[in-house]
Amino acid sequence: MNVKTEVSVALVALLIAAAIGSILIVIAGASPLDVWIAVIDRTVRDPYAWGQILAKATPLVFSGLAVAIALRAGLFNIGGEGQMVAGCLACGAVGAALPAGTPAVIAIPACVIAAALAGAAIGALTGAMRAYRNAHEVIVSIMMNAIVGGVALWIGNTWLFTGGVTAGPPIAHGAELPALGIAGSSANVSVFFAALAAGGTWWWFERTKTGVEWRWVGQGPRAAATAGIRVPRAYVWVMTASGALAGLSATHAVMGWRHAYQDDLVRNLGFLGIAVALLGGGHPLGVVIAALFIGFLQNAGLAAADLVPKSLFDVLSAMIILALAAASPTVRRALEKKA
Amino acid sequence: MIESIFTIAFVAAAVRAMVPYVLAALGGVMCERSGVIDLALEGKLLVGAFAAAVIGRAADSAYAGIAAGAAAGASVAALQVWLATRWRADQVIVGVGLNLAAAGTTSYLLEVLYDQAANSKPSPSFDSVATDPIVWIAIAAVIAVPLFVAHAPLGLRLRAAGDRPDALRAAGVSVTRTRWAAVAIGGAIVGVGGAELSLQIGSFYTEVSGGRGYIALVAIILAGWRPLPAAGCAAAFGLAEALKSQLKLHVAFIPTELIDQLPYVVTLAVLVIAPLRTRPPLALGRPED
Repeated sequence: MNVKTEVSVALVALLIAAAIGSILIVIAGASPLDVWIAVIDRTVRDPYAWGQILAKATPLVFSGLAVAIALRAGLFNIGGEGQMVAGCLACGAVGAALPAGTPAVIAIPACVIAAALAGAAIGALTGAMRAYRNAHEVIVSIMMNAIVGGVALWIGNTWLFTGGVTAGPPIAHGAELPALGIAGSSANVSVFFAALAAGGTWWWFERTKTGVEWRWVGQGPRAAATAGIRVPRAYVWVMTASGALAGLSATHAVMGWRHAYQDDLVRNLGFLGIAVALLGGGHPLGVVIAALFIGFLQNAGLAAADLVPKSLFDVLSAMIILALAAASPTVRRALEKKA
Repeated sequence: MIESIFTIAFVAAAVRAMVPYVLAALGGVMCERSGVIDLALEGKLLVGAFAAAVIGRAADSAYAGIAAGAAAGASVAALQVWLATRWRADQVIVGVGLNLAAAGTTSYLLEVLYDQAANSKPSPSFDSVATDPIVWIAIAAVIAVPLFVAHAPLGLRLRAAGDRPDALRAAGVSVTRTRWAAVAIGGAIVGVGGAELSLQIGSFYTEVSGGRGYIALVAIILAGWRPLPAAGCAAAFGLAEALKSQLKLHVAFIPTELIDQLPYVVTLAVLVIAPLRTRPPLALGRPED
């Protein structure tokens, strides 16, 4: 699969989504051209908007990478939602439990590890169900999303939330990741963690033996098994890594942004991660670009809120997923024929 | 305690809770047995509920709402089967995309139509179980869908499209057309289930489907893709939903947040203890060659 194909598919999908979005704007009684121009103009001219796009893209890089690495190994991780909640909860709980004066060199790694481990645990369980119980990971993920959400709410209500709000106690000062200071936006140092995660993922799949083996499993589990790869074990580890990446989105949501665990921190970000992974063609760099684009769409809803309801941009994200799914087999075949 | 739980009011509540699950499972079975993965059940329920509330209000008739729900469910299904057959799109991804699109589009149109972000304006409703035609539609579907899939000529074609599309083609029948029919009819059934969600409370609100579509898909898989067991399994999830509110009143020692999760925990436990021995339709998820 080459870059030209991926870019062609993405462009076709964007055009289709823009066309459907225009129809919806007309239904709302506004002019599509006005809306598109306003969105771009207000984003380009406002440094605060740049920062917000960066902030919104950060957790999407993590959830996008989580979906992308699972897809590489032939698994569909739609459990990002639950894995992210688990990561945020663990991160917020550990951060709040640390003594107030804990230095950053201890506090930050402790919180990061807690977030990764919690997400990894949920992912590992899902992978094990697939590998050893032949339960489809999509079904298990759906169950896990529901269960984790409920358990997190219970833990929050029982131990963390006080004073009638669904927010836990603040994390230790040392665990906070400072804001980048872009016009008061919520972009913060976790941006670099996301970049590191993308780089690490690239290195893992291109430069390590296990990474290459995981790709083989994705290309054909039977052939991989014949070649001596233990496929069930690979499934468990892939889902563990995928869950850890999803859990790491807490570095943005908890450590960089809210500085506490809150209910509803990562709502829908797991599902949007699917859009990010597909739009990015499963490549780590593609995922980063796609996350910035979806972050732009999310921010656009607020930028153009006076012209159209902001849920228009949720529809656009969904349309991009559908258009990508529809366009990729066709565009791929057309380009192959030409070549 | 047992007497205080199983009152007539509870039975009525349980029946109404079961209806959306059962209709979603029956519609979903038709789709899946024809070879198309139905992860879009959630979106079909949501769009069915939305159309029922909006059209029901505009026509001032809950019956018009039912028809609108069926049409909306069938429309989502048509988009789904078009993407899956004409464009050979990945069916799992189409399902996820349609669910997100349904959530976004319904909340967008809610604001465009009523200038309200979360709720629709009140729609007509069916006040009691006995006078709710959707309950009777569900009962009819529980009888008709299994018979249709097992014995009707189109039911046989539907199963062939899902298991042996090559054989169906050799018999001179179009696989694509068969899938279109199965998925669209199934979608209409699911849409009626969605209509029940808003017509029993007389209003639509965002996320009214609340994950029921996903649960219905789980019911289908647990039941080994057989219509009657799928309906039974879906009904059990509906019963569990109704029981939850009773348990919250009567059982103090389990936190309410955890009672909500009991059906899912039980499902996972079942999958751990008794791995599924049933198999999906052989051509499930594969576009026609």
